Amino acid sequence: MKKTLLNITVNDETFELYIKPKKLLVEVLRDELGLTGTKRGCNTGACGACTVLLNGVTVKSCSVLAVQAEGAEVTTVEHLADGAKLSALQLSFLDQGAYQCGFCTSGMLMSATALLNEEPKPTREDIKEGIHGNICRCTGYNSIIRAIEAVAEGKYREKR
Amino acid sequence: MKKKYTVIDTPVHNIDGIAKVTGRAKYTFDVTLPNMLHGKILRSPHPHAKILNIDTSKAEALNGVKAVVTGKDTLGVKQGIWRRYKELCDEEILARSKVRYIGEPVAAVAAVDEDTAEEALDLIEVEYELLQGVFEPLEAIKEGAPQLHEHAERNINVTRHIEWGDVEKGFKKADYVREDWFRCSSQAHVCMETHGAVASFIPEGKLTVWTSTQSHYYIQVLLAGVLDLKENDIRVISRYTGGGFGSKFELDSAQFCSSLLSMKLCKPVKIILTREEEFMATKRRTPMFYYVRAGVKKDGTFLAKEARVFTEGGAYTAMGATALYLTGFFQTFPYVWPSYRYDGYRVYTNTAPTSAMRGFGAPQATFTAETQIDLIADELGIDPIEIRRKNGMYPGYEVPGQAYIQSCGLSQCLDKIEDWVKSRGKLPPNRGIGIAAYGFMSGGIFNWFDTPYAFSSALVQVNIDGKVDLYIGSQDMGQGSNTTMAMICAEELGVHVEDIRLHMGDTDKCPVDLGAWGSRETLMQGNAVKRAAAEAKRQIMEFAVAKMAPNIVYDLDIKDRWVHLIARPERGLSYYDVVKEAIRGKDGQPIIARGHYTPHRKGMISPAYSFGVQAVEAEVEPETGKITLKHCATAHDCGQVINPLGVKGQLEGAIAMAAGYGFTEDLPMDEGKILNPNLVDYKLLRATEMPETEVVEVETYEPEGPFGAKEAGEGLTNPTAGALSNAVYHATGVSIKDLPITPEKVLEALREKNEKKEK
Ligand code: FES
Ligand code: FES
Repeated sequence: MKKTLLNITVNDETFELYIKPKKLLVEVLRDELGLTGTKRGCNTGACGACTVLLNGVTVKSCSVLAVQAEGAEVTTVEHLADGAKLSALQLSFLDQGAYQCGFCTSGMLMSATALLNEEPKPTREDIKEGIHGNICRCTGYNSIIRAIEAVAEGKYREKR
Repeated sequence: MKKKYTVIDTPVHNIDGIAKVTGRAKYTFDVTLPNMLHGKILRSPHPHAKILNIDTSKAEALNGVKAVVTGKDTLGVKQGIWRRYKELCDEEILARSKVRYIGEPVAAVAAVDEDTAEEALDLIEVEYELLQGVFEPLEAIKEGAPQLHEHAERNINVTRHIEWGDVEKGFKKADYVREDWFRCSSQAHVCMETHGAVASFIPEGKLTVWTSTQSHYYIQVLLAGVLDLKENDIRVISRYTGGGFGSKFELDSAQFCSSLLSMKLCKPVKIILTREEEFMATKRRTPMFYYVRAGVKKDGTFLAKEARVFTEGGAYTAMGATALYLTGFFQTFPYVWPSYRYDGYRVYTNTAPTSAMRGFGAPQATFTAETQIDLIADELGIDPIEIRRKNGMYPGYEVPGQAYIQSCGLSQCLDKIEDWVKSRGKLPPNRGIGIAAYGFMSGGIFNWFDTPYAFSSALVQVNIDGKVDLYIGSQDMGQGSNTTMAMICAEELGVHVEDIRLHMGDTDKCPVDLGAWGSRETLMQGNAVKRAAAEAKRQIMEFAVAKMAPNIVYDLDIKDRWVHLIARPERGLSYYDVVKEAIRGKDGQPIIARGHYTPHRKGMISPAYSFGVQAVEAEVEPETGKITLKHCATAHDCGQVINPLGVKGQLEGAIAMAAGYGFTEDLPMDEGKILNPNLVDYKLLRATEMPETEVVEVETYEPEGPFGAKEAGEGLTNPTAGALSNAVYHATGVSIKDLPITPEKVLEALREKNEKKEK
């Protein structure tokens, strides 16, 4: 299959890549760029483990062709922390124990990040809706909801 | 109040937390090696068929394909995890002559990429002779039913009998006897990381396998058996495991096929199962047909119980033999039944093998028993809490011939839940609260695996800078055992969690532990860690005594990095200083200590048991039968809590999984074909469906556990389905004895009830 050129910005870095046109965004992130923080739990858009931000909006990167991200800005979990300084959500996830096996965590964090960017003061229902597309088999979600709530309540403001 | 402990019983961040929230944690799914090939597995589309011929030539000729293997390339070893019993080792993994379920592996391909491997699968030609299949245990056990295995007449795979007391006499004395039939459905584990392995064989004869597992030791040993390698020529590495729940401690197709292919090619081969394969062809919770008969006195005193179970075994034994035993044992839990008789039959069927899943037979037992107890209580006009209190186990109770209960906080749990139920006041219409009591083991004492090693071992090394290397064989699949072990080590040694460098998930470096199943780790690995740390501490204190020269009758201890006289805590030395000198005194050797734990004379099941009571408040829409979970309150006795944050997480996670079992999750089949092998049609709970969760810890001290701790995460899967079924009963007056409790079943039962009323 003929490869095509993809211009893409990932975590503030621009890349020019030659890829097979049928490559999914999740594959390019993981296999071409080595950003394995983004996971894959189903490959059919049903679990949210592969959630990333595409121009600031959440997408399931297993349901997007990489070529659809031409010229776009992609943010993955690897970009949430600033060096050793974790984001408010990351800190809050630690405090609340909002992860266990950790396999859904990257996708959860990306959904939560987008949710708070869009709606800094979400209700509990908003939060539940915001992560409805992300399956977690380990935690039962409530710790994740508490973690997002804590950030929305401003508990981590000084640490940002 | 001064805290008793400096490390445990205080919430701490999971020691793997930062790696997990930054995406840095490397799972098997993330492993890439130079020159790595990608493998795919061809699976049987038929539930029961003879393999007449497999032609792989076209697949081998495809550009990019490096190797194809079939059953002919294997040693044909029938393997199984019940290694002590040859007849229970019945699974070849790559079938040679016969397939027995849809999804059974028949060939595997290694190619330059996944797409090519996938394409090659289509080119493999398998000639099958179709055989008649049998899918239900009650059919399969009949005379003349198609037989899956030559050795198993009437498809009976394992039987189990448990009996104590005089059952006949008990029933004769009973004022009230009732019998019920239940059907417990299957459930998929749905680990977010699917099964997978990267195998790399080198010409020196050594095989390294990265894999997502609950027990690297089991995988090492089982692989050695099927590949005819020495155990220690195989290295299994498993640093992060993306969920297990009972699905990842048997040898799986990804591990076996990637190893075979790699041995053929001397190149690394990676196989990651797709979500669909995961649903169709990995193991699952054991469906059970349950008959329970119970006899009680008018005042609710339990007298006699009889249970008979037929389980849908699927095509192979797997861990199903253990589930068969445990469900029989836990059927009486957590109560005193003066007489009891259990007969369990595990029956082979042409379906995917059923095996271990969180709770391990106990959720089925608890659902059936607790549903029936509420029906009995209702009939006799006794409060559900009262009947449980009257018959509950207590410290010092001996389950005749089976188990000895040391710590038991059941009655305190009942008190707490009674308070909670009262605090809910009068419920709105169509709402009900159901309760269920439960208990669970803290690690099994059984050794069907036939390990010659101690059940758990640990190694502690204290270095010159006071940092402690802790080597453990247990596996953290998300349940948090790494953190628990680091905390136990730090507490015992008198240092901080940050002082511990944990080494796990690597058979080359870590001592043997049987792995994370049956709620073993806190008690068994925890005891081994505590003993190793205690021995290291003893060595350090020898030097401290020599240096401080206290009155010989004084004892020393280390706490918070301070080596001191227990009676005069202000008199002491810095831990760091003592360690430095101690190592110098030992001619420059670091301080090394070992600890191990093997249960001896602890009954038939487990050295210790957790207890608890759960209340579920649910609303049922009478028009649609739709169930909404509102609250779930749990009083929980796990002995001494080690990490409160971890325990809470276990509790909430268990509720989600167990509620799914109770009312949304199922694996419907048609002639052995699973109809919903994807995350859209398989309904596990989403964030929007979770109830509010309240938890009260009831602390007891378990003499057999490290610092008094016992099982904390698995038993919590037991009560929810039963509590939910009782909540539905109290809300609507109908009892559903067939899991999952779907709106259709509720509606149907309501319709029947109304019809009866009209008559
Ligand atoms: S992997 Fe993309 S949604 Fe599941
Ligand atoms: S932490 Fe394991 S799936 Fe969410």
